[in-house]
Amino acid sequence: MPSLFQQIQAGKVWDFHGGIHPPTRKQQSSQKPIAVMPLPDRLYIPLRQHIGVAGVLLVRTGDRVLKGQPLTAADNSMAVPVHAPTSGIVVNIAPHTSPHPSAMPELTLTLEPDGQDEWRIREPLNFATCDNLTLLNRIQESGIAGMGGAGFPTHLKVGMTQPVDYLIINAVECEPYISADDLLMQEAATTIVKGIDILCRLLAPKAVLIGIEDDKPIATAAMMAACNQREHYYVRSVPSKYPSGGEKQLIQLLTNKEVPNGRRPVDIGIVMQNVGTAFAVAQAVLDDHPLISRIVTVTGDTLNQPQNMLALLGTPVSALLDACGFQPEAQQRVIMGGPMMGFTLPDLSVPVVKTTNCILAPTATELPAANNEIECIRCSSCADACPASLLPQQLLWYSKAKDSTKLQEYNLADCIECGACAYVCPSEIPLVQYYRVAKAEIREQQHEALKAEQAKARFEARNARLEQEKQQRAERNQQLAATRKQQQQASGADSTVADALARIKAKQAQSLSTEPSDKMQVQAQRELKKQQARAYQQDKADASQTIAPAADNADNSSPAVNSKAASVAAALARAKAKKAAQANTGISTDIITDTAVEVTENSVALAVTTSPATPVTSADTIAPDPRKAAVAAALARAKARQQQQVQTPTEPAQANNNNAAINTVTEPDPRKAAIAAAIARAKAKKQADSENS
Amino acid sequence: MSFKIASSPHQHNQRSTAQIMRLVTLACLPGIILQAVMFGYGVIIQLALAIITAWCSEALILRLRNKPVLARLKDNSALLTAVLLAIAIPPYAPWWLIVIGTAFAIIMVKQLYGGLGNNIFNPAMAAYVLLLVSFPLQMTQWLPPLSLQSISLTPLDAVCSIFSQFSCSGFSLSQLQSGIDGISMATPLDTLRTDLNRGLTLDESWQRPVFFAFAGTGWLWLNLAYLAGGLLLIQQKIISWRIPVAVLGSLFVLAAVSSLASSDTFAGPLFHLFSGGTMLAAFFIATDPVSASTTDKGRLYYGALIGMLVFLIRNFGGYPDAYAFAILLANMTVPLIDYYTRPRTYGHRARSELK
Repeated sequence: MPSLFQQIQAGKVWDFHGGIHPPTRKQQSSQKPIAVMPLPDRLYIPLRQHIGVAGVLLVRTGDRVLKGQPLTAADNSMAVPVHAPTSGIVVNIAPHTSPHPSAMPELTLTLEPDGQDEWRIREPLNFATCDNLTLLNRIQESGIAGMGGAGFPTHLKVGMTQPVDYLIINAVECEPYISADDLLMQEAATTIVKGIDILCRLLAPKAVLIGIEDDKPIATAAMMAACNQREHYYVRSVPSKYPSGGEKQLIQLLTNKEVPNGRRPVDIGIVMQNVGTAFAVAQAVLDDHPLISRIVTVTGDTLNQPQNMLALLGTPVSALLDACGFQPEAQQRVIMGGPMMGFTLPDLSVPVVKTTNCILAPTATELPAANNEIECIRCSSCADACPASLLPQQLLWYSKAKDSTKLQEYNLADCIECGACAYVCPSEIPLVQYYRVAKAEIREQQHEALKAEQAKARFEARNARLEQEKQQRAERNQQLAATRKQQQQASGADSTVADALARIKAKQAQSLSTEPSDKMQVQAQRELKKQQARAYQQDKADASQTIAPAADNADNSSPAVNSKAASVAAALARAKAKKAAQANTGISTDIITDTAVEVTENSVALAVTTSPATPVTSADTIAPDPRKAAVAAALARAKARQQQQVQTPTEPAQANNNNAAINTVTEPDPRKAAIAAAIARAKAKKQADSENS
Repeated sequence: MSFKIASSPHQHNQRSTAQIMRLVTLACLPGIILQAVMFGYGVIIQLALAIITAWCSEALILRLRNKPVLARLKDNSALLTAVLLAIAIPPYAPWWLIVIGTAFAIIMVKQLYGGLGNNIFNPAMAAYVLLLVSFPLQMTQWLPPLSLQSISLTPLDAVCSIFSQFSCSGFSLSQLQSGIDGISMATPLDTLRTDLNRGLTLDESWQRPVFFAFAGTGWLWLNLAYLAGGLLLIQQKIISWRIPVAVLGSLFVLAAVSSLASSDTFAGPLFHLFSGGTMLAAFFIATDPVSASTTDKGRLYYGALIGMLVFLIRNFGGYPDAYAFAILLANMTVPLIDYYTRPRTYGHRARSELK
């Protein structure tokens, strides 16, 4: 069994799972030489064109800058500067639509070229004599970031201290339409190889593997020719299959290794650089030519002249398209990047940046828009196409259900968004779009969870701190008290304090013993007065009862109402009324009145029982119990009605309805009722008298 | 001017779901034509009835669900279900049988589960089982192949027998079923099963006219036709080879082992492969993407399970053929199979290594 290195040397190329074979359509642009884009009217230079942070701005509006002059300076390792692509005046530094799928405005420097294209002073390095640190600094200062698409700062990738077995140069360019790297290799293979030499100096790999798709024979030949003096450089032709240019896929193709989940290629001894990056490194080191231009494939059927153009960074897309004879159609799509992973532009003032490899302006018939999404039929063509061996149909299901746990279980994070699944989907489901949304949601959730955790930790830390402070305070106080006591004991002040305390106590006791006697006297006097008042009122009440016992009770304004007296009176009245009724009226009315009386009695009884047991002294209290008063009034009214009924036996219908009777109980004027009741009683008495006699 | 915003990828291959369904239906054609030639025009009439019923049911439910009717009908999935059910039932079964079956398949099994892509069970097979359980007599009245029929049927006869159960000349279905020798004929699988139950040996049963070469008369050619269609589907990458291979493989192995063990009571593997609905089921029905397993390994398990169930039911169960039951049972296991056969994601260790 030959070792991996032997197999690689023997020219073995492996395969990766899935992949698709879309029509490449590279001939449109790859058959022509690279054209040089003329200077546009304005250059829009975003201050951040890579993954990382923008540098510190060095120029101000109105400054004249020279070609290659840095516009920003890197103040940390994640920053790379941007440079003036030509000489001219800085006319504006303001947010401008960014070359990003979101199209969010980003701080962008607008440069008006003066047409002189005047260079700053250039200091090429002697690669053979300078040290690695100088090289790395030059790479960073020249603003080089990965030109394959991600835009990761190159000096970080080549400045790593981990041992590197293989340096892989990615010249696969697997996306349809794009031929920028192809043309670069055809025209500048020797410079690229010089760039690789510099990268090799920095990384010291065992071998350099240059992966080129087998549909680029000229480029492959050019690279082989340029590499023939270097025995550990291997140009490898890989089969045309999308996405063989993906970092992980190319590693698998050329070395049969997989980058472990959550790790970087360098962890398995591999560093990958784009072929364009190698070219930029060579330019930066050998010519002191910072990254201010790049090759862009401008293609699509709406262009008369699809071709590759050497464009200055900051060139607006509209200028590039116009230079190629752009004839837009209705609902035109303009895509930055390839048809598989590129993004559409909302307006054409978006500039070319370090990672822009293609501007694609297709017709609607050329790349029909997918817009009739139907249900997934679980055909799993997507799973067959997925280069990461995921199950896209399951991920779709869980993305729609927003089940982030399941999405993580099915390794959504390993999706490289290559679009192979959506390409093959017969139901035209925009799978990648679903995954992007789901990924963003998961990120958001994780962010929230992290924040909550931090907040919790902060809160707990604060509680712990407060508790600690409290304890410390308590301890300190105790200590202070103890020391004070000790000091006092030592100084002998103890007895004097105790004496003073004793004196104070004695004084307090004296004052207490004199006060109570006064208070008691006052209280006794008050009690006496109260008793007198009560006696007086009792007398008065008795007197009024003997004069008009019922009328008093019925009167609401009467200050004192004796409940006992009232109930006695009521009972008497009832008895009288009954007698009268029996004597005077027919049986039918009798029953009616009886029930009416019963109802009233019930309500009275209820009122009496529900009212709290009144003590005997209640009659003495000045404030009358309103409930009792109401009861008495009700009784009086009832009596009055009975009397009425007695008097008018010809109208039994009036009282016929018990409910009506009860309902109307509250209505009559209580005073009238009282009068009526009094009259009734008087009559009843007479009647009784006459009967007795 | 305004520019259209879309999300990547902007490029799509041009094979749509509707095309896939249409291609599967077309791949059935050799089998359907042969079936019509062998068993008479009843097949065509059943097909027409099924397709009309399927479209009507689909349109009705789509309308009730407020979905675009015409756009969904164009996905051809209802058409395919109708075709598969129509060729699975006896050609001269009464008209209401196929109407009930198709309506049930589309309305209950497919649309009530959420429509295309959401049904757990294969609609055609669920309907087949419904019919078989509810109308066992009508569902087993297969006529013998034309070459063995004592009374030949005209197209008009076919229409009459499907709609009235009597041919124009007044023959009942059971009369039509009898062979040249006047003995009522069943399908080869049914005949074999009955004979074995009666205590005959395989060789004795083999003498009957329903058998030809190593399979049943007519049925052999029919299976070959469906096999051809299925191979076309694999070549066109519409179905994966895994399910048919697993179905046929497990059936073959089990039949071979059992017939080696007891050649008098178990039919040989070739008989099993080319009898009944084997090829139709293995290439056209078990591969229905919606209700089948979706992982590579899972498809092998799924297919093998179907083959095993078919073997068991054919030899030990209560029905002569068993694809409908086998497929429905396997449908139930799909979520489990899919869950435990997830492929190893790039850069992840296999689950077995994790423990």
